[in-house]
Amino acid sequence: MIERSHHDMGGLEAGKVKRREHAYDDWQLRIDAMMMLLNGIGGGRKRMTVDELRKNIESLPPADYDKMGYYDRWVISLTQTMIQRGVITTDELARKLAEVENRKWGQSQISGQITQGD
Amino acid sequence: MKSDSDPIFRPGDRVRVRNAAPLGHVRTPFYIRGHAGVVERVCGAFPNPEELAQQRDGLPAQPLYRVRFRQKDVWPGYRGSAEDVIEVEIYQHWLEV
Repeated sequence: MIERSHHDMGGLEAGKVKRREHAYDDWQLRIDAMMMLLNGIGGGRKRMTVDELRKNIESLPPADYDKMGYYDRWVISLTQTMIQRGVITTDELARKLAEVENRKWGQSQISGQITQGD
Repeated sequence: MKSDSDPIFRPGDRVRVRNAAPLGHVRTPFYIRGHAGVVERVCGAFPNPEELAQQRDGLPAQPLYRVRFRQKDVWPGYRGSAEDVIEVEIYQHWLEV
């Protein structure tokens, strides 16, 4: 029987909290925007709830949970949620990931310019 | 008319948090389970997050309470003032008399 779930760490020894602001990477901002859109904030169709996001974050293996940052957990969790809801299929995701990995980087990248992918 | 979303506890009522450890998505923190406190306020009624997490509508809405506990009751060896409190928001189905 699971008594305390790994994520449910309120009251456990955690050491000192480092209080500092930090800048966000572009991908983190995009994940944030994606979450807002999928939650229907701003008037679009609501495609998930924050409770599903939390459920799927809580389902991460403890070792991964500890290694991951806030937005790493979000991106994994909202992807799981989209699969569970049938918005995307596992197969579509696998093929898209392979396609991105094999993408041929053009001359423009080599000279330092970023070309926007699809 | 009485509905399933009406609160059964009122501010000042003594309540105890159920000592349960179910699977699924749960909003009641582990550290507060089994502890006794006092209802500080009724926050309203909201769709049950345990159900929302599983793609269901969470209706009827569950009353949510802010419950006040004494810190010294919650944490063994608490070194702060005996008057210190912690308030936790807990859904009705997690509370008993």
